[in-house]
Order: sequence, then structure tokens, then C-alpha cells
Amino acid sequence: MRTMSNEASVVMSATTTMPSRAKVGMASLIFMESAFFAAFLVTYLYYIGKSPDGPQPLDCLELGPVLFNSACLIASSVTVVFAVKSLARGAVGAFRLWMVVTILLGLEFLVGTGIEWRGLIEGKGLTLQSNAFGTTYYALVGFHAFHVAIGLLMLFGMLLLSLCGCINPKRDHMRVDIATWYWHFVDVVWIFVFTLVYIIGKVPQGGSL
Amino acid sequence: MTTTPAHSDPARSDPESSGGASTERLTFWEEATRWTLSVDHKKLGLMYIAAGLVFFLIGGVEAAFMRLQLMKADAGIIDPETFNQLFTMHGTTMVFLVGMPILLGFGNYLIPLMVGARDMAFPRLNAFGFWLFIFGGILLYFSYIGSQGLYGAPSAPDVGWFAYAPLTSRTFSRGNSTDYWILGILVSGFGSMTTAINFIATILCMRCPGMKLMRMPMIAWMMLVVAGLVLVAIPVLTAAQAMLLLDRSLGAHFFDPETQGSAVLWQHLFWFFGHPEVYILILPAFGFVSEILPVFSRKAIFGYSLMVAATVGIGFIALGVWAHHMFVIGMGPVLDSFFAAATFLISVPTGIKIFNWIGTMWGGRLRFATPMLFVTGFIAMFVIGGLTGIMLATVPMDWQLSDSYFVVGHFHYVLFGGTVFGIFGAIFYWFPKATGRMLDDKLGKWTFWLLFIGFTLTFMPMHVSGVLGMPRRVYTYEADRGFELWNMISTIGVPVQMAGILVFLWNVVRSLRKGEIAGNDPWDAWTLEWATTSPPPEWNFDRVPTVTSARPLWDLKNPEDPDAHYE
Repeated sequence: MRTMSNEASVVMSATTTMPSRAKVGMASLIFMESAFFAAFLVTYLYYIGKSPDGPQPLDCLELGPVLFNSACLIASSVTVVFAVKSLARGAVGAFRLWMVVTILLGLEFLVGTGIEWRGLIEGKGLTLQSNAFGTTYYALVGFHAFHVAIGLLMLFGMLLLSLCGCINPKRDHMRVDIATWYWHFVDVVWIFVFTLVYIIGKVPQGGSL
Repeated sequence: MTTTPAHSDPARSDPESSGGASTERLTFWEEATRWTLSVDHKKLGLMYIAAGLVFFLIGGVEAAFMRLQLMKADAGIIDPETFNQLFTMHGTTMVFLVGMPILLGFGNYLIPLMVGARDMAFPRLNAFGFWLFIFGGILLYFSYIGSQGLYGAPSAPDVGWFAYAPLTSRTFSRGNSTDYWILGILVSGFGSMTTAINFIATILCMRCPGMKLMRMPMIAWMMLVVAGLVLVAIPVLTAAQAMLLLDRSLGAHFFDPETQGSAVLWQHLFWFFGHPEVYILILPAFGFVSEILPVFSRKAIFGYSLMVAATVGIGFIALGVWAHHMFVIGMGPVLDSFFAAATFLISVPTGIKIFNWIGTMWGGRLRFATPMLFVTGFIAMFVIGGLTGIMLATVPMDWQLSDSYFVVGHFHYVLFGGTVFGIFGAIFYWFPKATGRMLDDKLGKWTFWLLFIGFTLTFMPMHVSGVLGMPRRVYTYEADRGFELWNMISTIGVPVQMAGILVFLWNVVRSLRKGEIAGNDPWDAWTLEWATTSPPPEWNFDRVPTVTSARPLWDLKNPEDPDAHYE
């Protein structure tokens, strides 16, 4: 029997172009994370209106601060696109500037969540142990914030790489682009969390959907 | 059939391309270091399989102790606390530390070879996943010495492999043995998820020229669907375990009914993972059957595209059947009917596969070497397990049989008679590729028959004791219930199975040293892994192959009548 390699040139078929493994890998990761968040979202939905005593969503959750935080997070998704576009053009300075803006906006979201939580804990007495609302609220929002922190680390890492001159615009702008998919994902998850927690979930005490 | 000895191949006379195995002598530590630091998909795959087999022996010994205790009524050999730990560790081990790693190991070893790639898409992520799995497994077993159980003494987890709430709450599970269960599985789950990402990226992006999706070996399709299921199912388990951890460590109220939590929610989340998990464990075995059966029937697989469609169909339907594990909790007629119907529905694509396999064998020149024996046994056992599955999907029957030994019999038929037989078939089939030497066929046949007879002795009577009303997870039973005979037969099967396993281990040890030299292609097979040397060099293929049909080696061996003409 002859080996495959000897035969390789005998019959050539049309070479199919394969998708980029980085894209497929990142898409798979995002798919997987979506399943993780789906479990927490469904759990939150399941427990809406099932806290007979303790602090209630209607009394605790205020739209004002969280709207500002959300605006920052969504804006960061826009600025990170500017950053990637700048890098694709080869404008490394603009890339760094937009990355700094993105990171600051993301940090604002985290700090804002922290301030909100402090108000809930000290002002309203809502903790993880209070009732089903407290449990599901802190778990869902907390795990989202945790993922924002991971995304921020990724962005920060790319900024550092750029500052030390390790990012070559021509070679790396696709990689940077794919890495920022994760940041967009975190943003999209927040839209779901926000809608569920701050709009759908604010039912009167004892009520359900 | 013709076998091709490796040394007759002029293109392979270069010692470098034989994987470097025979050219240099390494000390034990050098060899160990090389394996530990390796990111080679073949080494990692073999380590997955080896580690899985070690856990298989441990889980088997746990089962043997349970059978010893249940041999007769009031045996008094094992106390109830130990028995609870035994069935928890047996189930957890077999699912998470045996089934998953061995099947993922085969995926690791075979996917790049079969789709004509030099490695996985992310080799280092691959190694990371493997070591996470090892760490998770060790963490779980460390509970035997490191945890604090009910009375402060070390205790393995004892809440059952599906860890139902509220048994897992602080109130009923003191100490931290349950936390060991959570963390051990959580960590190895991360390993499975990274491996799944790797499978998808490798299968979609690393195929050699000409390897269209519809030309891939069936096993690649199966692994692709399995990886998709892992990506949906395991994160949900991870989420549920994170919630349980919050409940136990920080006083949250997800699953504790005393404090507004819902025990049913845990069941939903767990089985949303748990049922796809069953297909994660069986689909790769379907893949083994679909590779081995055609080669030993000397026919191309019957209905390739239907096979692919059935696989993808199973993947989707598998996500919608989970609550058939929960018929007895009182979901109401609407949900009961939905999940019963979905479960009946999934037997359609599964049945398609069975018929396609029979169609493949039909009129073929069958050759019953050991791999073929295991694969044929697989089909028979799996059909029995599938039929009892349909019985259990019928709600009124399930109300009668739920949590009885009938269920234990059912899922051992699909997981042992199915998955484990498939794994043994695969080991006998690909051992020559991985080591360069054949496993002894005569000893292999001994293994098969001992396992087959022992398996039937052990698990067939469970259906009877289950119908008679014997509940699962009891450490003993009364003498006058009519269970004794059936339990005695079940236990008698255990030493027979153990003998089969011992023969297998002896076979492996012996064949590694003086097994018959395999050559590149001992089975006269058609998929790409047989085109390279045995064992393959680290880079798999000297030149990346180009394929023109689903059976590239057939085309090579029969240039006058290649498959490509019929595509």
C-alpha cells in the first residue's frame, strides 16, 4: 500500500477554505457562557414574586443609577469598536486612547454596581441571605459583574501588550477584534439581566408574573 | 484481508517518522516529564484513557462491594453510611471520571488523525483541560481522607450522584463532603468544556484539503455533536453547582425548601445537564460502532447522510427530554405528556442508527475479530437498554418503576452494555494504531465473553427485582420480599466480569511487550489514521493528506474504482 502523502498530488479536489479557529473557539466560549447565564436567568425568573417576606424588588431597585451604569457599559461596547477600527487602520495611538476609554467605562460599571450593592445592603438590608430575591439578585448580577471583571482583564492585557509594543496592527488586529467579542457578549448579557431584574422582575409584593 | 507490515513500506524507512519511539532510550523520569509537559493530542488522549481506566477499576471495586452487601438479605457486611458513599462515588466516578474522560480521550486521539490535522486547534488548552480533569478527580477522592463527614471523621460524598436537594443542604449534609463533590465535579467540568471548544474548533477549522463535512468519518460528526451538547449542558451543571455552593457556604436560598428555596429547581437544572450527559456518553460509542462495523463487514456504512442527520437530531432532541427523570414529582399531565412524547421522539433517530448498522452488516463479509464482537454486543445490549428506556418514558409505568432496580438495570444496559462495550471495542480496534502492536485476539475474545456473560448475569436480574419492587440505593432488604434470588444472581455476575477485566489488563501488559507487530493498517481500514505509521509521529502526517471521498484509504487501495466516482 502506498502512503497518503505519496498520493497527495494525484487527485486534488477544490480546497475548501476553513473558518478561523480563533473565531470558532471564541464563538464556542460565548455559546457556553450563554448557557451558564441562561441557567441563572431562568432561576431568577422562577423565583420572581416568591419571596413572601424580606426586602422586595419594588422597594429596593432604583432605575436612576443603574441606567447610568448601563449606559456606560453599552457605550464601552461602542468605544471598543472604535479601538479595533483604529488598530485596523494602523493608528496605534488612537487604539490605546479608545482602549483606555473603554476600560474606564467598564470600571465605572463595576464601581457603580459596588455602590448600588452597598446601598442595598446598608440601606435596604438586602443580602444574599435575606430571601429568594436577595439570593437570585446577588447571584445573577454578581456573576455578571464577575464576567465584566474578566473582560476588563482581557482589555487591560491588550492595552499593556500594546504599550510594550507587542501588538502589531497588521498582524494582530483580527486577534484583538476576536478578543473584544467577549466584551460585546458581556454587554449583551447585561441587557438581558437588566430587562429581567429591573423591568420584568419589579412585581408587587406577593405577586407573580 | 491483507495486512501491511510497516517495514515493507519504503516511504517509512526513516527512523524519525516512527515517532522517535525506538531510536532513543529515555529514563523513567525523562519519559514521565515528556508526558507531563506534552501538548500532543495523542499523548493527552492516551493519558485521558489511561486515567479513565484507573478510575474505572476504582469505580468497579466500589460496585463490587455494593453487590457483596446486597448478595443476600441482611448481609451486614457494609454499614449504611459506607453504602451511601459507595453508590455516590461509584456513580460520580463512572460518569465524570470514567465515561467522559475515556470518550474525550478517544476524541482527542482520533479527531486530528481522522480529519487529517497535525494537532488540535488549541494544543495548550487541551493539556489544560486534561490536568483540570485529573485535579478534579483527585479532589473528589481526596474527600476520603481530607473531608469532614457527619461525625467529623473523613467521609466521601454520600448524597448520590445527582445530589438531590434538600439532602445537600447544611441541615442534612453536615461537614464538607458534599463540597468536595461540588468542587471536584466543577473543576473536571471546566476541563470537559475546554475540550469541547477544542473539538469544535478542530473539526470545523483543521480539516485537511478535500475533507468536506459530509466526508468526515462518522466519529468526527458524533464528537462534534457531543461537543455541542457539552457546551450547553455542562455550564448549566456548573451554574447549579455554583448555586449549591452559595447555599452551603454563604447561606443563600436556592434549593432549601425550609427557606423558600425549591428542591424541584435543582432537579430541573441537574437533569437539564443530566440527560444530555447521557447522550454525551453514548454518542461517541455510536461513533466507534460506526467506524468499526463497516471495516469488519467490508462495506461502506449504510446511509451515511441519514446517520449524520440522526446524530444531529439526537443532539437537538436530547435538550428537550430531561424531565422524564422527574415524572414522580407531580409535574402535571401537560408536562408529563410533553416529556414522554419528546422521549419517544428521540427513539426515532436512535432507531435509524440501529437499522443503519444492521443495514451495514447485511450481506457483508463479516469477520468477528474482538472489536467486531464488542460492537455487535453493543448493538444487542443497547437495543435492550433502549427498549426499557421506552418503557420508562411511559408515565404510568415510570410511576411504578421509578427509583427501583429496574431503572438501575436500564441505565447499566445503555451505559455498560452500550458505552463500555463500545469503549472496549474501540480499545481493541485502535490499540495497534496507538502502540504499534496488536492486542491478543484470543484473550480479547475471552474478555468479551466473560464480560458479556457476567454483565448479563449482573444486570438482567435487576429488571426483575425492580419490577418486584426493590428500591435502588437501599443498603439491605428483608428476606421475605422475593428479592434474594435475583440479587444473588446479580452478585454472581461480578466475579465473572472481574475475570474479564483481569484478562484484559493481562492482555494489555503482555501485548505492549510482545504483541504481534501491527503495521500501519492491520484491519485494512479506510479512514485517515491508518494512513500514517503506528504509532503516528508527533506531527501525524509527513505531508498533510488530500482526500477525495469519505473513505480516502479505499480510494488509495482501489484506484480503479474509487469512492470519489460515486459522490
